[in-house]
Amino acid sequence: MGLTVKTMADFFAEGKQPEVLFWVGSAGSYDERAKKITKAFVKILNQAGVEFACLGTEESSTGDAAKRAGNEFIFQMQALMNIEVLNGYEVKKIVTCDPHSYNTLKNEYPELGGNYEVYHHTQFINQLIKEGRLNIDDSVLKSKRLTFHDPCYLGRANDVYESPRELIRRLGVNFNEMKRHKRNALCCGAGGAQMFKEPEKGDMDINILRTKEALETKPQIIATGCPYCNTMMTDGIKFHEKESQVEVKDIAELIAEANNL
Amino acid sequence: MEYIPNIVFALLLIAGFGFFANNVKKLIRNIKLGKDVDRSDNSGERWKNMAKIALGQTKMVRRPLSGILHVIVYIGFIIINIELLEIIVDGLLGTHRVFQGFLGDAFYGFLIGTFEVLAVLVLVAVFIFWTRRNVANIKRFLSPEMKGWPKNDGNNILYFEVVLMTLFLTMNATDTPFQEAGIGNVFSQFLVPLFDGFSADTVHIIERFAWWMHIVGILIFLNYLYYSKHLHILLAFPNTYFANLKAKGGFTNLASVTKEVKLMMDPNADPYAMPEEGEEEEPEKFGASDVTDLNWVQLLNAYTCTECGRCTSSCPANMTGKKLSPRKIMMDTRDRLEEVGRNIDANKGTFVDDGKQLLNDYITPEELWACTSCNACVEECPVNIDPLSIIMDMRRYLVMEQSAAPQELNMMMTNVENNGAMWQYNQMDRLNWANED
Repeated sequence: MGLTVKTMADFFAEGKQPEVLFWVGSAGSYDERAKKITKAFVKILNQAGVEFACLGTEESSTGDAAKRAGNEFIFQMQALMNIEVLNGYEVKKIVTCDPHSYNTLKNEYPELGGNYEVYHHTQFINQLIKEGRLNIDDSVLKSKRLTFHDPCYLGRANDVYESPRELIRRLGVNFNEMKRHKRNALCCGAGGAQMFKEPEKGDMDINILRTKEALETKPQIIATGCPYCNTMMTDGIKFHEKESQVEVKDIAELIAEANNL
Repeated sequence: MEYIPNIVFALLLIAGFGFFANNVKKLIRNIKLGKDVDRSDNSGERWKNMAKIALGQTKMVRRPLSGILHVIVYIGFIIINIELLEIIVDGLLGTHRVFQGFLGDAFYGFLIGTFEVLAVLVLVAVFIFWTRRNVANIKRFLSPEMKGWPKNDGNNILYFEVVLMTLFLTMNATDTPFQEAGIGNVFSQFLVPLFDGFSADTVHIIERFAWWMHIVGILIFLNYLYYSKHLHILLAFPNTYFANLKAKGGFTNLASVTKEVKLMMDPNADPYAMPEEGEEEEPEKFGASDVTDLNWVQLLNAYTCTECGRCTSSCPANMTGKKLSPRKIMMDTRDRLEEVGRNIDANKGTFVDDGKQLLNDYITPEELWACTSCNACVEECPVNIDPLSIIMDMRRYLVMEQSAAPQELNMMMTNVENNGAMWQYNQMDRLNWANED
């Protein structure tokens, strides 16, 4: 099944407004692994009949990574440029699969003139279910052992712990929490621009420790809700030589799989 | 002559509280060295947070053992200090157990009985605390920043508690009329046999000694606070009141940068325009390299920290052996602020450059770059201290004032600047995924 993806420019040409803007984010646009998450989420949006738009070539980095690295100049330049585009299209509602984009759009853009209703994709999918526009088939992944890694920028940063878990419960899986979860969850090691640099000297990389904690729950699937966590956890699984037994999946991918999309 | 004890007592009180007030003034002056930040909004929510987190200790008990022990010592501390009121009145008026008269035996006995039970519980809790700090191998008490004074400071406070509680119980046990009345001596009655061999006069002298040392001890403890990590017993309240209420993931947007970026993006702005007469101002420093670049809430945070180390024990960088310890960030900030304060005192009210700063002399870039900004330290702090905001402000200084980011981050930032992504991809390829299989 091909994907139906329209841009804001397409909607604008038709004189229409989409229901929601899908902020794909840089990882979701370019990273091979993260693109699969993007596509899985689009399939879900298509199945639920959501009229959504992407910015396409008009999207640019939110500036989040530059801000966490300490470069407020580049962040604010990116933010002001993006806000100009978003406000130009009169965007009201945004959904994204990236907690880092979610966080900065929701908490840091308003002061700079960008005021939007911002949703993480797990929140948005929950809404679709509550509105009766989407169902999750709980037979496909039935009884698979699954654990969930809380992304810091969704969890502690924004206190969103339940929306991914509500979706997990609908998948019919055998869900086991790690010892450290929700507000006590351990970071995957990518945040604060660490994704783009080598770690400082220490005894261990953070993602190795976090995947060790995940493996203690004997999972078949490690679910997460962030493209960067996904990379870190996947690398960790490879380090522990468990890549043949354990998959790292975004919740959107699991829903797409459950619904055979 | 008969008024000499009353006068001595009054002088002691004046000296004790006066010295303390003087240090509090210094403390407030030092905190005000920080930059302004507006925390006057949402007073309702702020009072609620203070009641819940500082008074109600809700974040303390997230770790049940140390949490509950702490609640015992805390309740003991507050309630037993009601006794202090009586001591002050007795001391000034030359009376003895003045509250017994107008509270009535039953209620007075109930109060003192409660104090005695609490005093014993405090002793037990303090013993466990001491064991945890000195015998049990608890990692967060063994970090490098806890060597030397911080370790001794922690123990000193425990010893203070032991001495004060022991004096309180001894004072009651040797108070013969109080023991004979048999009200409220729930625990001290068991100590009476210890003094069996002594004459009535000696017992009375011991009672007077314990009574005087109890009040003197409290005044010393009060004045020890300023020199120790223990200020949290007072500062936890303003600290939780003024803490950030917004989502923890939202970092501040530097207003000085917004001004410049807007100017840069404004096609009508003349980049070579001379500032108008009177408009010229000192270019603002971006980020923080010293304590005076931080805001006053961050400085209040530093004085409030009691070095419990819950932040450090939950920090992913610290757990994996990196140099970063959020507790050390707070301790360094406080120590440097104290140094700046002493400098001001020594130079008649103005700071004279001492060639030192918070960055490098206290906190190294290696520590700052190890942070994942995961907010675990902020979440964990029992009194809502925010080490992350200090780390970020210092990174901003490193990057925007010194261009001293790690090379890979410079590459990432250049990419964002040039092609709107952290990697070298063309913005025109952003939607390619939609047409791949």
